Amino acid sequence: MATVRLSFSPAPVHVRTARLVGVAVARRAGVREDLLDEVRLAIGEACTRAVALHRQYNVPDPVLVEMSDSGAYAVRVVDRAPIEASIGLAALDADQLANESLNEDDLTTGVGFALLAGFVEDLQVRPVEEGVGTEVRMVWPVGR
Amino acid sequence: MELSLATRAVGEHTVLEVGGEVDVYTAPRLRERLLELIDGGDRHVVVDLGRVDFLDSTGLGVLVGALKRLRAAGGSFALVCGKEPLLKIFRITALDQVFPLYPTVDAAIGADPTGSGA
Repeated sequence: MATVRLSFSPAPVHVRTARLVGVAVARRAGVREDLLDEVRLAIGEACTRAVALHRQYNVPDPVLVEMSDSGAYAVRVVDRAPIEASIGLAALDADQLANESLNEDDLTTGVGFALLAGFVEDLQVRPVEEGVGTEVRMVWPVGR
Repeated sequence: MELSLATRAVGEHTVLEVGGEVDVYTAPRLRERLLELIDGGDRHVVVDLGRVDFLDSTGLGVLVGALKRLRAAGGSFALVCGKEPLLKIFRITALDQVFPLYPTVDAAIGADPTGSGA
């Protein structure tokens, strides 16, 4: 099993780096070319969510991204924010999105989850096994 | 690729051409530019996403924010987007039902009854 681990301080500027690494490892693992845009977007959304939570709760710890290609391409994005804050996969419908009272942060969170759920068939969001935090686990098939 | 922003006037419309990557790092610059335009009195804004090669939830949030501000001010807001990968993002998030989406700038301006047209 080949594994690549990336950990970065929770700053928006590093999310692009995580996306680039995630796509490079996906390509190397054999994920189909036509899925790579979705891989890029999904890893970006998971990392954006983690960075937002770390900043919201003043958690200076790094965000962890772990990529492995044992049979399929699996990516874990792990945050260390309080657990009750980070679970919740409510996608918003068009009326809610257009509602004047919905603030931009909540809208972005809802849209981010909609993108994750829409682009990743095999998606799990669950508490980490040790300590506080959540992991977003995404799996894509590999073509070989 | 970094974010690029350029504006031009077409009749009563302001066209904001966006290029590169709109993500959690670059979206604040897009928000600032849109706020500058709206606070400066522009009321009919068309955002051309033709040269955008990455757009995430943060960028979408900024665009929805601009749409709401302009509607509240009696203005109009439209997006130009012809690329299937980006259109899929709008469909998956249901934002295709929130934004007026057009394949070209001419189509966006021509469809806006509030502006003067090109």
